[in-house]
Amino acid sequence: MAHSAVGVIFSNIHDENVPELSRHRTMASIPFGGRYRLIDFALSNMVNSGITTVGIVTKNNYQSLIDHLGSGKEWDLARKDGGIILLPPYSDETDAPYTTRLEALMSITGFLNHRNEDYVVISDCDGIARVDINDILRFHEEKGADITMVYHRETTPVESSYFITLQPDETGRLKGLQINPKLKKGPFNLYVNIMVMSREFLINTIQDAVTRGLSSFGRDILTKHVDTLKLYGYEFGGYFATMSSVGDYYSHSMELLRKDVRDELFGARDIYTKVRDSAPSKYGDTAVVRNSLISDGCVIEGEVENCILFRGVKVGKGSVVKNSIIMQDTVIGSNVTLDCVITDKNVVIRDRRHLAGCESLPYFVGKGRML
Amino acid sequence: MQRKKECVAMLLAGGQGSRLYALTNNIAKPAVAFGAKYRIIDFPLSNCINSGIDTVGVLTQYEPLELNEYIGNGQPWDLDRAFGGVHILSPYQAKKKQSWFEGTANAIYQNISFMKKYNPEYVLILSGDHIYKMDYAQMLRAHKATHADCTIAAIEVPMKEASRFGILNCNPDGSIYQFEEKPKQPKSNLASMGIYIFTAEKLFKYLEADDANPDSSKDFGKDVLPAMLNAGERMFSYRFKGYWKDVGTIDSLWESNMDLLGEDSAFDVSDAAWKIHSRNPLAPPEYIGAKGVVRNSMVALGCEVEGSVEHSVLAANVVVEEGAVVRDSVLMAGTVVKKGARVEYSIVDENVVIEENAVVGEERGKGAGIAVLGRNITIGAGAKVAGSKILDKDYRGE
Repeated sequence: MAHSAVGVIFSNIHDENVPELSRHRTMASIPFGGRYRLIDFALSNMVNSGITTVGIVTKNNYQSLIDHLGSGKEWDLARKDGGIILLPPYSDETDAPYTTRLEALMSITGFLNHRNEDYVVISDCDGIARVDINDILRFHEEKGADITMVYHRETTPVESSYFITLQPDETGRLKGLQINPKLKKGPFNLYVNIMVMSREFLINTIQDAVTRGLSSFGRDILTKHVDTLKLYGYEFGGYFATMSSVGDYYSHSMELLRKDVRDELFGARDIYTKVRDSAPSKYGDTAVVRNSLISDGCVIEGEVENCILFRGVKVGKGSVVKNSIIMQDTVIGSNVTLDCVITDKNVVIRDRRHLAGCESLPYFVGKGRML
Repeated sequence: MQRKKECVAMLLAGGQGSRLYALTNNIAKPAVAFGAKYRIIDFPLSNCINSGIDTVGVLTQYEPLELNEYIGNGQPWDLDRAFGGVHILSPYQAKKKQSWFEGTANAIYQNISFMKKYNPEYVLILSGDHIYKMDYAQMLRAHKATHADCTIAAIEVPMKEASRFGILNCNPDGSIYQFEEKPKQPKSNLASMGIYIFTAEKLFKYLEADDANPDSSKDFGKDVLPAMLNAGERMFSYRFKGYWKDVGTIDSLWESNMDLLGEDSAFDVSDAAWKIHSRNPLAPPEYIGAKGVVRNSMVALGCEVEGSVEHSVLAANVVVEEGAVVRDSVLMAGTVVKKGARVEYSIVDENVVIEENAVVGEERGKGAGIAVLGRNITIGAGAKVAGSKILDKDYRGE
């Protein structure tokens, strides 16, 4: 491998963007695309780029994440040296658990010190993309950058409560960097929450921040040092989707029904995820399925159109499910109609219920609800 | 304290399965794909782990590479264990002699030292060519309750088919008084399922005696079991009621796949209380297109269906393009059916390409048998493969 890098994934940051979906779980473990969790994309990108050690920074609600990751073997990250290393919040008598990204990084200096890789790749879980991290590392080395931040050209404003835009010059060096700017119309360069720096640089930066009592990575380190540090922007030109709201979650899920999006995300390399040994999906005599993604373990006897069905979903006879995202083990009885609905895990919709939302505001049914 | 396992399973997986023709050209029968995501060996392996048996020797001989790779360290079946777990047992070169496994009994005999390492009280002998769900723990309880030396699982088959099986003639208490291998005039319809539990010391004794006997064909059914019966050992049948299918022929493999379909399917692989474990395909959910039709079928992950699929079983990453029709067929992983092509009443192995407007097989019920396409071949555009035909090479038409 040309570069040696260790991964750090923040599992909780941006949880507030999608409160409905993150109520019982971290951003990282939000289900996506029929059989994945958001973290699968960040983790698979790292694994497919040859990274074999990934620290996962957690803060709260991380039981479902631990359950999902297990020993890490599904990502080939059950390793003697490295592999998946969970980094839950660390606090002693004087310190409360971290509240910012910088404080979180301070709390994992032990992990960073013990590794021997040259670089650190830091990623959040709110983005869906197929990124080759070696390309970013190559760019980072060529530019002799201190920090390389990955961005994506966007044309429509984002709804995230916290986001960063970059202003690179023609060489890629950042002239400016803004946190939560007021955006009218695009295009603009949205930072996709993936950055690369040398491990040594990160450790020194953290130590410096501790001695000077800094608390925000974005405000105290990035924006303050645009002129003095060599900050570079790396443009990612492929498909990128960010989960800045439930509406975003809905529309990006629906984009998976496009062949070009599926081919880019799933075509070249595998996206790894936890397996559950479900049976293959069964389509009954009365099944009508059109333009839909169906995961394993489903039993379909009704009509399904423009939908994403997660593992183990049942659709009874005479039911019509359209434009909806139906999560794991949801049971839809018979003669039900659903349109623009998101059901979280283990929902039961009894016979003859009719629910509808609209594309900008899908009707959301919380985990384990029975209607 | 010496560590031990109460029961060790030995799975006979070395058979060629010659009656599956092109499907077993390069793989052992237990590695043949079944039910959209499984392989035949998933069933005995899952039965073992679900029955609490965590030590399994898999005896391989014919074309073992793919089977070995599939089993790997046994992790998908939770059979990667510090003590026990699944072990591949291939023929080996020994100090005194070297030999291939000569028969089912000889294969087990050559691995006596493997079994003895676990100091077992019982040995369960399984074969790798049956589709069924069975609790071996229950059979072991019966074996203990009858103080048997050997217990043979048996199932009732239709009387007119009984002459195709090894038949057990039993007393009312279940004890066996006679074996008949494929009898012309069967006295009973109780067929041996090829699943045996032996009290370990008896098994070792009879295997050693069988090995020393130059006239023996080294087969359980023909030699070891009759020898035990003649010597007056306690031999019992264990009645199994449930789905059991020998998938040793093209017809039975097709039927067994189709038994998964329908509302009250004859065989169910989705029982959460008796999971069938397997290696899982790394693939996104299947996509059914805007013009796709999928009815009365089972479809695995990664498939893309723009055409029409009826009464069929599609394994992972199968593509059925627009205007293509798949009916009454079993398509194994990675096969592509291009625009306007038609597949009827066929079994198509992995990674076959059926080019545009080609026709494979004949409509079921019109007299012809099942067409079979071996793996990695291409059927040319517009080519016609007749029903009953078995192909293992590219075919461009007449």
